[in-house]
Amino acid sequence: MAILEVKNLGKFFGTLQVLREINFSLEKGEIIVIIGASGSGKTTLLRCLNFLERPDKGSIIVNDEIIFDAENPATQKENEVRKKRLHFGLVFQNFNLFPQYTALQNVTLAAEMLAKERFDYKQNKKAILREIQDNGEKLLAQVGLTDKLNSYPHQISGGQQQRVAIARALALEPDILCFDEPTSALDPELIGEVLNVIRNLADRHTTMIIVTHEMNFARDVADRIIFMDEGIIVEQGTPQMIFENPREERTKQFLTRYSENKDFSPY
Amino acid sequence: MDQASVIINRLSESFLINCRLFALTLLFSLPLGLLIAFGSMSRFKPVRWLMRAFVWVIRGTPLMLQLIIMFYGPGLLGMSIAWPNGDAGRFTAATVAFVINYACYYSEIYRGGIESIPKGQYEAGQVLGMTKAQIFFKVTLLQVVKRIIPPVGNEVMSLVKDTSLARIIANKEIIMMAGEYSSKGLIWPLFATGIYFLIFIGVLTILFDYLEKKLSYFRT
Repeated sequence: MAILEVKNLGKFFGTLQVLREINFSLEKGEIIVIIGASGSGKTTLLRCLNFLERPDKGSIIVNDEIIFDAENPATQKENEVRKKRLHFGLVFQNFNLFPQYTALQNVTLAAEMLAKERFDYKQNKKAILREIQDNGEKLLAQVGLTDKLNSYPHQISGGQQQRVAIARALALEPDILCFDEPTSALDPELIGEVLNVIRNLADRHTTMIIVTHEMNFARDVADRIIFMDEGIIVEQGTPQMIFENPREERTKQFLTRYSENKDFSPY
Repeated sequence: MDQASVIINRLSESFLINCRLFALTLLFSLPLGLLIAFGSMSRFKPVRWLMRAFVWVIRGTPLMLQLIIMFYGPGLLGMSIAWPNGDAGRFTAATVAFVINYACYYSEIYRGGIESIPKGQYEAGQVLGMTKAQIFFKVTLLQVVKRIIPPVGNEVMSLVKDTSLARIIANKEIIMMAGEYSSKGLIWPLFATGIYFLIFIGVLTILFDYLEKKLSYFRT
């Protein structure tokens, strides 16, 4: 059974159609990597899934529940959107850590806020907060930052910041973890440590949608590759199919341009 | 008592008027400024335009003029709610004029601070399921505070000195008092007055430096 189904998703910015009839589904434990040139709609698609943009058309279904339907305003209510978006986690290109909090506080903050809504919060406050703390420490250990628990974002490298951001996204145990070009803002020597963390998540069968320009990584980690161009899914398939036998002309061009590494800018 | 200590006493008493006006203005204008800031960022256009027009008028006209209009205006317009009689009325009118004037300046500082926070901070809060209020209070507020401390410090120090404008509606503040002595041929009370202000500003400088240092543990 698919954990996520995206049906006929469409999005306009003014008169510019950035997404048109996006259809795909995702199985539990599956890893989809989305590739494509800049402006192809990859980021917008992730932002739609995370309710940072409101799609103009189509629907999003998670675990057989319609969490968004452009035709049905009842699915777009503000306070429900807040809960629905917890199906997804999002790791941003620019990390967006909260600068006034330590690494550990960044990871635990949202969980602490959510815990306040629990009916037993008052009785079990201490135990609940303790558990959130422990979980935060565990997650930071998982991304290799045990020694940086109490560091502030400006005190650690970009790669470490992005690893904190990954731990922060994991803290709320999303069904689907999304990455929006997680290494594009990093110095080349810091890319590897972030990709390794994502590889570890892949080994644990974390359900993920990853937008990236790291083609070798994509080939390694993906169960399925989606190639997007001009707001549509041009082609999708296993890494082998896409990288070795692309059917579509546009896919071939993109990959050729990429491998030549000429006049190719990831931005 | 010799003449000098009498004069110092009277200067000190009149400086209390400056201090009270300063304290009351801060107390009310800092929060009022936040309301005006929210109004001037409102998504509802009429509110936004109204607030921005109001800020334009208040920042665009002299505080001295506002003081005069605030004090004499109600009476001249034949309104029944004139100010209380005597010193209390003069002081109340001055306080109201100062609060409105400074709230407008603070509102622009707040707006600048709030709008300077990167969109990504809000989005990070949103995808983590936080409410708008939680994002404001737990994520952006402290970053805004850190950014606006220097400009707010500037305004607060201006306010200390601006309190002397209240003399235009006959509040007996310190410069007015010193002026009365100088018209009798004594010049030193005017210089002494300067020292009162210097000390006050000195204390504020230390306070704002302390606040800045307090928030230097993170960078925005």
